[in-house]
Amino acid sequence: MTGEFVINGETRTLEFDGADTLLDLLRANGYTEVKQGCAHGECGSCMVLLDGKPVNSCQVYAATATSLAITTSRGLTVDGSPHVIHQAWADSGAVQCGFCTPGMVVATYALLESNPNPSDEEIAVALSGNICRCTGYVKTFDAVHQAARWIAEHHEKGGA
Amino acid sequence: MADYHVVGTPVRKVDALSLAQGRALFTDDYPVERPLFLGFKTSQMAHGHIRSIDTSAAEHVPGVVAILDYRNVPDRYFTTAGQGFPEPSPYDTRLFDSVVRYVGDPVCVVAAESEEALRAGLAAVEVEIEPLPSLFDAERARDADAPRLHAGDEHAAIPVPYRPEENLAAEVEIGFGDVEAGFAAAAFTERHRYTTHYASHAPIEPHSTVTWIDENDRLVILSSTQVPFHVRRIVARLLDVPVKRIRVIKPRVGGGFGIKQEVILEPYAALVTLRTGRAARFVLSREEVFRSSRTRHPMRIDLTAGVDGEGRITTLEMDALMNTGAYGAHALTVLSNAGAKVLPLFNKVENLRFLGRSVYTNLPVGGAYRGYGATQGYFAFNQELDIIARRLGVDMPEYCKRWHIREGETSGVFEALGEGKEGVAQIIESCGLDECIDRGAAAIGWAEKRGKRLAGRPGTVRGVGMAIAMQGSGIPKIDMGAASMKMNEDGSFNLLVGATDLGTGSDTVLAQIAAEALGTSAEKIIVLSSDTDTTPFDVGAYASSTTYISGNAVKKCALQVLEQIRGVAAEMLGVEPEALVQEGSAFVVGAKAGATGAKAGATDAAESRVSFEDVAYYSLYAENQFQIQAGASHISGVSPPPFMAQFAEVEVDLATGQVRVLEFVNAVDCGVALNPPLAEGQMEGAALNGIAWALTEEYRFSDSGALRNASFGSFGMWNAVDIPRMTTILVETHEPTGPFGAKSVGEIGINGPAPAIANAIYDATGVRLFDLPLTSERVWRALRNAAGGNAGTEARG
Repeated sequence: MTGEFVINGETRTLEFDGADTLLDLLRANGYTEVKQGCAHGECGSCMVLLDGKPVNSCQVYAATATSLAITTSRGLTVDGSPHVIHQAWADSGAVQCGFCTPGMVVATYALLESNPNPSDEEIAVALSGNICRCTGYVKTFDAVHQAARWIAEHHEKGGA
Repeated sequence: MADYHVVGTPVRKVDALSLAQGRALFTDDYPVERPLFLGFKTSQMAHGHIRSIDTSAAEHVPGVVAILDYRNVPDRYFTTAGQGFPEPSPYDTRLFDSVVRYVGDPVCVVAAESEEALRAGLAAVEVEIEPLPSLFDAERARDADAPRLHAGDEHAAIPVPYRPEENLAAEVEIGFGDVEAGFAAAAFTERHRYTTHYASHAPIEPHSTVTWIDENDRLVILSSTQVPFHVRRIVARLLDVPVKRIRVIKPRVGGGFGIKQEVILEPYAALVTLRTGRAARFVLSREEVFRSSRTRHPMRIDLTAGVDGEGRITTLEMDALMNTGAYGAHALTVLSNAGAKVLPLFNKVENLRFLGRSVYTNLPVGGAYRGYGATQGYFAFNQELDIIARRLGVDMPEYCKRWHIREGETSGVFEALGEGKEGVAQIIESCGLDECIDRGAAAIGWAEKRGKRLAGRPGTVRGVGMAIAMQGSGIPKIDMGAASMKMNEDGSFNLLVGATDLGTGSDTVLAQIAAEALGTSAEKIIVLSSDTDTTPFDVGAYASSTTYISGNAVKKCALQVLEQIRGVAAEMLGVEPEALVQEGSAFVVGAKAGATGAKAGATDAAESRVSFEDVAYYSLYAENQFQIQAGASHISGVSPPPFMAQFAEVEVDLATGQVRVLEFVNAVDCGVALNPPLAEGQMEGAALNGIAWALTEEYRFSDSGALRNASFGSFGMWNAVDIPRMTTILVETHEPTGPFGAKSVGEIGINGPAPAIANAIYDATGVRLFDLPLTSERVWRALRNAAGGNAGTEARG
């Protein structure tokens, strides 16, 4: 069957099967920043925003995502430039193998949208659905704090 | 300390931004035209003889294109261990066999046009297996009446003990002095049995391989591997394909930790591609990664220490029994390292014996896992040190500082115990362990907390414990890394390395080394790693070899390039090369820079200076044109160990046995940290992996040998909510044989958490735990037993 999907702001008509998950659909159509780490909703590597809410795309049928706004990590880039969250993750040393990072980035985005200045505890809870084996999560917290600071500075300078 | 301009700075990981956005491609992200989807059908039985495989129904499933089983694949013994040649691991594995040896052992591969067809095809293959008696207890493996796993033409590729008739996959015995006399003369001895458990490396990216035939009829293997060059060799030999027809490409890799040092998927995908001419895609499910790839070898270690009146350990005996599972991947070398990386640390031992045996069982297969046997050995060794120090009434940090190996010293173990052969003698040239211990103890608040049994939350008690360790930097006289480099018009350089970045940051660190040697910035270095067609050889990412071995190759290569630049600059300026002085990315005639250049006085400023860019243009287009380029290789006669002290503060719930790690401190001497945040990241990741392994991660088996918890959550992986406060201290030393003073740091951090936590639990409760993992149930039972209760009878069935 086919359906209309709004992915990273672009409306696309895509073919899919009734059994396909949103993860299957996204990867089959070139959105390979959405990773499959477990296919059971345990690792968060496939996390995307559905109407702004972080979800594991392996746990959502593609059919249920039509007409919702789907945002991936790559979709957060602004005019081809990395988002400050990408910058913060890269600059904080929070990216090692990077397989979990696109999911972590969208989880960070959702957190900072609702809570621009989160505590360590709030960060831990917000990212508790994203497993990382490389970093021990230490620099993960630095990355989220750095992103929060940069976003705040941007707002102070009169940014959008 | 030398004045470095790139080394020691926090250069951002070269691929970090691309990875964060998701633009960087991993194996399964590459667009491949109409690939066949591959999958395993695996054994549900721990040990059995395949009576029949009926593929007729599966062959008629629409979309099924090929089925491989033991009847139609090359019948050749090999090892999946991606090691140098000839491998020290036994040749005991075939692509498929008529005998299955553990639950999860591959029985056949189906290749199909879609994932749906693959699932249907796998379900339609009918396998009838006649059960054989199973062996799950490593202690029983060598009994005369134990089931025997390997009774064919399995053999060792090198002259080492290998006796499959007694389920013995490897045996190592070394020693010096007189152990019996040493124990007899000792003031006291401590003898304890320690056991360590199975675990998964659990990289978030599962094993992935994609293969195709390119336009020149060559086989391309794109793979999530730590050892691209070993993959090429092993696939070539196994499938009888010339090395020249194979190209292995390693794209971004989503973590390895040793599990991707195994050559598991590549031969099957290659075979399907060779037979069908079609691209093949083979990605393991998470459950298969847990069940059917590789694990940390469980070990039982009997450690006996004889201590003299001064408190010195004079005599040490380590008897290790390692369970290698159904196949002997790394059976010899992981076992050896339990001694080789541990015993030299206390080098005042006069009498020593190390006896190690690896045995087969009908359980999942062990493999290389960060720490590589040292992790198992240090669990025993550090508890032994805690026990001895307490018995002597000496504080453990002081005890460790008094007796550990120091700069200028050696240990007989270095020479006696290598990897599949004798080791290599070496003198320690850098050791910052005292400072690691002092600064780590201060950071955890050792003096205020040790022995205080401070109360935490209601019903809990707190304690602190520590562990020390060393590792190595590559395998001496075996590991080789190579690099090549060429210069471009803008003064940038292509750096081609066989070294394999798995997410460790080695591409970045190697760029820093090149930039430091050249006197340019890291941004000028374009790194390409691990493509067997374009980059020079490297053994791959294992044994903590990359920074030290590959890094030295890069440094040598860059210095050769720099000499060529100097030569062209001299020609351009009409002076002898020696008359030039380097100022960053430029050469100037010496006098201007304050040296003594003969012609310097005659040239004005504009004529006395040439930039790298000027040199590049001149060399490519002006006169005596040539490509400024070089290549270099490195092997090492030594393997300088990084040293480390780790400290844990725990809170033990006396009612439930639950152990929380409140604070964890890593203090590590990795020589000069070439990129401090990346070095910290290696320590932090390894430490948390070690903490989770100590407390929650475990393999739980059914009575019939089936892994029951093959998922991230049930296995016990930790997330950001679970973590302790963690501090990492980089204690700088300068390793004279290392690239710009560096030693490797990739593995060591996983060695200390388990013993530090066990020692901390003892500090809190007075209860000693000799068996991993330190689950709530196990701690609760130990607490009950110590209190005189009988936890065993009250426990649930």
